[in-house]
Amino acid sequence: MKHRNHGLSGISRRSLLKAGAGVAGIAALRSAPALAQSGFDWKRFKGEHLEVSLTLGPRGELLQKYRKEFEELTGMTVGDEQVPEQQHRQKVAIEFSSGNTSFDVVTMSYHVQKQLYGRGKWLVDVRDMIKDPKLTNPEFDFADYAKGAIDYATQKDGRLDTLPLNLDYFVIYWNKELFAAKGVEYPKSFPEIIDAASKLNDPKAGIAGWIMRGLKNANLPPYLTFLLGYGVDSIDPDLTIHMDGPEAVAAAKIYQKLNKEYAPLGVTGFNWNECQSNFLLGKAAMWLDGIGFALPLEDPNKSKVVGKVGYGVIPPGPKAHRSPLFGDGIGISQSSKKKEAGWLYCQWATSKMMAQRHIEGAYGAPGRSSAYTAALASGNLKAPKAWLECMVETVKIARAGLPDIVAVTEFRDTYGVALTNMITGADPETELKKATEAFRPVLLKTEKS
Amino acid sequence: MAIGATLPGIEAGAHGSFWQRIARLGGGREGRPYVLFIVPALAVIAAVIIFPWFFTVFMSLHEWKITQGRTFVGLENYALLFGDERFQWALLRTLYYTALAVLAPLILGTLAALVFHRRFTLRGFLRGVFILPMMATPVAVALVWTMMFHPQLGVLNYLLSLVGIPPQLWVFDPGTVIPSLVLVETWQWTPLVMLIVLGGLAALPTEPYEAAQLDGASAWQTFWRITYPMVLPFLMVAAIIRTIDAVKAFDIIYVISQGGPGTSSETLNIFLYLQAFAFYNIGYASAVVVVFFALIIALSLVLLYVRQRSKWSP
Repeated sequence: MKHRNHGLSGISRRSLLKAGAGVAGIAALRSAPALAQSGFDWKRFKGEHLEVSLTLGPRGELLQKYRKEFEELTGMTVGDEQVPEQQHRQKVAIEFSSGNTSFDVVTMSYHVQKQLYGRGKWLVDVRDMIKDPKLTNPEFDFADYAKGAIDYATQKDGRLDTLPLNLDYFVIYWNKELFAAKGVEYPKSFPEIIDAASKLNDPKAGIAGWIMRGLKNANLPPYLTFLLGYGVDSIDPDLTIHMDGPEAVAAAKIYQKLNKEYAPLGVTGFNWNECQSNFLLGKAAMWLDGIGFALPLEDPNKSKVVGKVGYGVIPPGPKAHRSPLFGDGIGISQSSKKKEAGWLYCQWATSKMMAQRHIEGAYGAPGRSSAYTAALASGNLKAPKAWLECMVETVKIARAGLPDIVAVTEFRDTYGVALTNMITGADPETELKKATEAFRPVLLKTEKS
Repeated sequence: MAIGATLPGIEAGAHGSFWQRIARLGGGREGRPYVLFIVPALAVIAAVIIFPWFFTVFMSLHEWKITQGRTFVGLENYALLFGDERFQWALLRTLYYTALAVLAPLILGTLAALVFHRRFTLRGFLRGVFILPMMATPVAVALVWTMMFHPQLGVLNYLLSLVGIPPQLWVFDPGTVIPSLVLVETWQWTPLVMLIVLGGLAALPTEPYEAAQLDGASAWQTFWRITYPMVLPFLMVAAIIRTIDAVKAFDIIYVISQGGPGTSSETLNIFLYLQAFAFYNIGYASAVVVVFFALIIALSLVLLYVRQRSKWSP
């Protein structure tokens, strides 16, 4: 099977550091570049009003923070709303299926909604707009988007209906103080993760050796981290399911052991926020999750582990060295009457300037390659440099975490229940076989219809 | 006089005016012209209740998924539903949850009503405090309880630790999740039962109590032989309201456990929500709605029957 790497090709730690050393002292780079300098007519839709529907989170926050700047640049007004992720997905799907959306521009997750949106052709294919010099700022620089990010955003039929807004890689946050106290080194393999977790686990002191999501549905990304290490994807493009094979069972046993023996009580109900609470209170030695949590962990008002957090790349598995990749994009509703105005918003939202701010503020990892070097050079990085270095290393081993299918939610739900049952003692092999039996007809029905 | 004749500008033709013809539907000159006045209400009911119902039944007869076409499948969705193990468990869990979430507030609410029926210092103030949970928004209540249930950081385990009880898993364990969710329901809705029963107690005649006192009845005999039978119709009203409320409970369960761990608190409502809004199986979800509606009607009829039987005449 041909593997497609969705990493940000072309970015290396050395190139970053070189760029950083070269321009560190340049004051001009301390502020993000302004968009109005190019002579492009940003004001061609002056007086229009755009409605933007955003997923609640750091990226939505960033776009809202600088909204005024877009309004001043274009003379348009923007009504933007952030809706919690789950509710946003449902609200948007229902609006799209009604054929008339209340928004012109919308954010969506590649790992859950891409296929659904693609099948419904709910978003505008922006390839022609990109080529149109009247509509696209000459500084837009499409080549600056990492190839992996554009591959991830491209639909199966070749349509590009979103621009990559954020990429989320899984990493391990580790408490350096707890590691030092027990004389434990950062793990270099899956067995070493288990070994480190067992040494660091100290229930009497209220310290868990390991923490990751156990909540149904949310628990698939951490599990898939281990599965990818065994060199297989959950589902191949030809619809072969690997979720009940020997690799899947081996990965499930690791997931089960870590959760059952070294995680805090009640982990079956933990999503990322419960894991974060435990880790930032210093009650967990290692935490496996997305890369976007540096800010709260380094915030002295919220965290007891400020300055003690290590940002670790996922260790190699027995067959492959991988980190699951998830991502979000931004696109224009097919039913919008202001598609071209919406395109200006998408350009601005994913511009070099916004991408640089994205990293500087540790809002996550944008899809533009230049943002990494620019953020490092600007000296405005709010998160520790180690966070950015970890991100750059992880980019190289990133691979799409969830399968590229329509029924992603059913996939997450069915296998999510199986994983939760394992934490409470069920046999991994039996659970995975049962889940596969239940999911296979759903997959075949949705993919072949 | 028929309505049509009183309306200005309307003259009767060979078949009468529109209004006269409509009025005749209600019985004509000698009929019931007031029937016309219920037409707007009927139209609203048809639009917001009857049409959605027929449409739901229509959808349940189709395989209908967002982004895919609609295919008529007859009763296939119902056949699938009754063979769906997850649906069967959701149905059983709904009944279990409902039984607990009705009984606990009924018992505690009755006890509270008996206490607040007596006169004591600060009774009015304490009664006010007691009904406060009922006024809170369920989602806000659920969020607060989610924090309280947290095994490491929650206040409940801290309080248990003060009396030497080891930490509990509450909503994080398949075995205790439903009783824990019922605890939240009980905390919020016991005051409603208390208010209903308290209203009933205030309406009771005093003569039977005076007679019981003269006959030397004990407190328990007075309660069991006089108070309980007379307050039973009010308890049944509370039971009907609580049953309907508990069967359709969604907000508290969704916010606190989302039906988990695994599917251990997945009631019919959560199952239905997942099918409709997470998996976009509109046809299948509609079949669940129809079955769910039948269940609520059946439960309500049973309770109404019991209520009729428990009525008393002063």
